[in-house]
Amino acid sequence: MAVTKADLADTLFQQLGLNKREAKEFVELFFEHVREALETGQAVKLSGFGNFGLRLKNSRPGRNPKTGEEIPISARRVVTFRASQKLKQRVETNTDDLRERLDGDGR
Amino acid sequence: MTKSDLIEKLAADQPQLVYKDVELAVKGLLERMSDALVDGERIEVRGFGSFSLHHRPSRIGRNPKTGAAVQVPDKYVPHFKPGKELRERVDDGKSDPGSS
Repeated sequence: MAVTKADLADTLFQQLGLNKREAKEFVELFFEHVREALETGQAVKLSGFGNFGLRLKNSRPGRNPKTGEEIPISARRVVTFRASQKLKQRVETNTDDLRERLDGDGR
Repeated sequence: MTKSDLIEKLAADQPQLVYKDVELAVKGLLERMSDALVDGERIEVRGFGSFSLHHRPSRIGRNPKTGAAVQVPDKYVPHFKPGKELRERVDDGKSDPGSS
């Protein structure tokens, strides 16, 4: 089961006693500020969790995988994420458990 | 934008919350998300994106100093896939000079 905005709001309700409406709004605003920063070209650094950055990609030739038709992929700006050393370390330390739980196939 | 900048912005949005609570809320959200990934749970935030783990199989690496072959064990790494709204907004804003 994936963690959703509702689960995150529930965490704020339970841990901090924000009321449900406040908690929901807080979660929404949290992600909106991150989107806004990225939209305006700013990287977002959340220490202990990870960094969101931006990358410019040149246009390149692409193909419709179904029809084989060639379509150019335009130049674009994309978001990248690098997990913090701390988060990567914590995940790596849990490898044995994860392997069992995820059956070796990630996600 | 750093974590403290984000806390400032949220505190300005939410004047009914005391600053300390905004700080705890931001830390609480990041902790909840980190814990989920460490436990192998996906995170799906509509309009923003999803976080999951990708598996890196074990491989033969080399000690760069001695050149000796070593078995590098498999591992999991956090991965983020931007959602549609984030992808579109970031790309539309690209006239801004900023990058990373």
